[in-house]
Amino acid sequence: MSLMTEIAILVLAAFVGFEVISKVPTTLHTPLMSQTNAIHGIVMLGGLIVLGYANDPLEYVIGTIAVTFGAINIVGGFMVTDRMLGMFSKKPKPKAQDK
Amino acid sequence: MTLLAVLKPGGEAATALYIVAFSLFIIGLKRGTHPTTAKQGNMVAAVGMAVAVATTLLLDGMGNWGLIIIGLGVGSAIGFVASVRVQMTEMPQMVALYNGVGGGAVALIAWSELRHGISSGVDIPLQELIPTLLAAVVGSVSFWGSNIAFAKLQDLIPTKPLAVPGQQVINVVLLVGIFAACVDLTINNGDPSQALFIGILIAAALLGNLVVLPIGGADMPVVISLLNAFTGLSAAAAGFALDNVALIVAGTIVGSSGTILTMEMATAMNRSVGNVLFAGFGGAPAATAGSTEQRPYVSITAQDAAIKLAYADTVVIVPGYGLAVAQAQHAIKEVANELEKRGITVSYAIHPVAGRMPGHMNVLLAEADVPYEQLREMEEINPEMPRTDVAVVVGANDVTNPAAKNDPDSPIAGMPIIEVDQAQQVIVIKRSMSPGFAGIDNDLFYEPNTSMLFGDAKKAAADIAAEIQNL
Repeated sequence: MSLMTEIAILVLAAFVGFEVISKVPTTLHTPLMSQTNAIHGIVMLGGLIVLGYANDPLEYVIGTIAVTFGAINIVGGFMVTDRMLGMFSKKPKPKAQDK
Repeated sequence: MTLLAVLKPGGEAATALYIVAFSLFIIGLKRGTHPTTAKQGNMVAAVGMAVAVATTLLLDGMGNWGLIIIGLGVGSAIGFVASVRVQMTEMPQMVALYNGVGGGAVALIAWSELRHGISSGVDIPLQELIPTLLAAVVGSVSFWGSNIAFAKLQDLIPTKPLAVPGQQVINVVLLVGIFAACVDLTINNGDPSQALFIGILIAAALLGNLVVLPIGGADMPVVISLLNAFTGLSAAAAGFALDNVALIVAGTIVGSSGTILTMEMATAMNRSVGNVLFAGFGGAPAATAGSTEQRPYVSITAQDAAIKLAYADTVVIVPGYGLAVAQAQHAIKEVANELEKRGITVSYAIHPVAGRMPGHMNVLLAEADVPYEQLREMEEINPEMPRTDVAVVVGANDVTNPAAKNDPDSPIAGMPIIEVDQAQQVIVIKRSMSPGFAGIDNDLFYEPNTSMLFGDAKKAAADIAAEIQNL
């Protein structure tokens, strides 16, 4: 891909990000932040590519750590977001687990 | 040893699948902005991530499967266990931690990319080298900054602003040094020095530490959100270096949406993002007025509190982080139930940054099955405060401090507060008279119509509920 095409994509993506997020009820700020946090786990792709084509010991180490970090970011990010949002959708049932 | 070599890197099939993936991210985020569709939106984004990961695993020429499986397995296991175990109250630091590892991954990828470039033996094209350097710097700052944020929120290090002598000078020297080193590497793109690159990573790490350390705990949500946006941008930079469209789009969207969220949070606290950061960059935090003299306050028991509450008509509960820490949301719901049985109107006043992040308190109260309609936002409840009989402040401090309105010299001057001082009576449930997150004294506690009920929020609330029953 040419550099200019990539820059065009970047600019458009930036506007999409601005548009998509505007006007969010405060209630959803934390879950949404957590969701965007999970999405930047996309860096794991970079880790996979780097590791997948690595050919010396140091790069094996760097790549494996990068993939591990990325996987923590993705799995943890999406699961935590799901847990938070689960709190909202729960139908009011009598007395949760009061002690 | 290629197992699944199906897709050509940068080929049409791979790109098409990446387009599917980032479309799903956008749809997921859009749904994430509405209460009814948010959970589903998160799933949609997760499916997009699965598509993106699967596509990458299918790329032609991928090897080292053993290590890939180890990385994926270990990382997923850690992420899974951590997110199942984490308490709802610890959510903010969890986000900080996940954000940090993302930034760390970017910095490592950048390092590896540079090594590839060096070993290729030809000049590294600048359109690859510059984003690599950018990714390295931002990724490293984000990794270390997030770890400090995590440590502060987890109380591993003091939440108070920590000033390092000569802070401002050191930061500027580090920034200039990083910039100079990047320029050097760019000029010598035929054979860039790897040692210098590692020096950049270390300098950026120091910078990440130094920028976040002096920031007080109260500003931490803004910092985490900002670092979240940074990590997104560094991912986009890595996308340029690797020529990967999925990274560019997803990283940029996180960068821009993260910036919006950061500004919304800062606005809620009546601070500008620059304000938060520059407090950290230099300007020693204003010495907290040396008022060490004892001022009189009224201390009451749970029974007194129960009587005050039981004979009120309207009660407003102001929950804060202390409620979250004490896991008192269920106990306080119990108090509300008792009051409602007596026909008293109960509502909850939610400060935009109650807890430690916007929306954090709503998550906690939803966990305790507090009806959505009883949660009232600050702007909505403040005009009703003068007509409120009793305001109960549970583990909240700075967000109720009238100094924010009355004292222009206060460190929190101008921060919007819940005006409990306007209510007829105020009961503050708190462990001790110690100052809150911002590290300053709260004038509210010394008001004549304020009574202090000392103790653990959960136990105190349970005691009040029991006393009301006995009345």
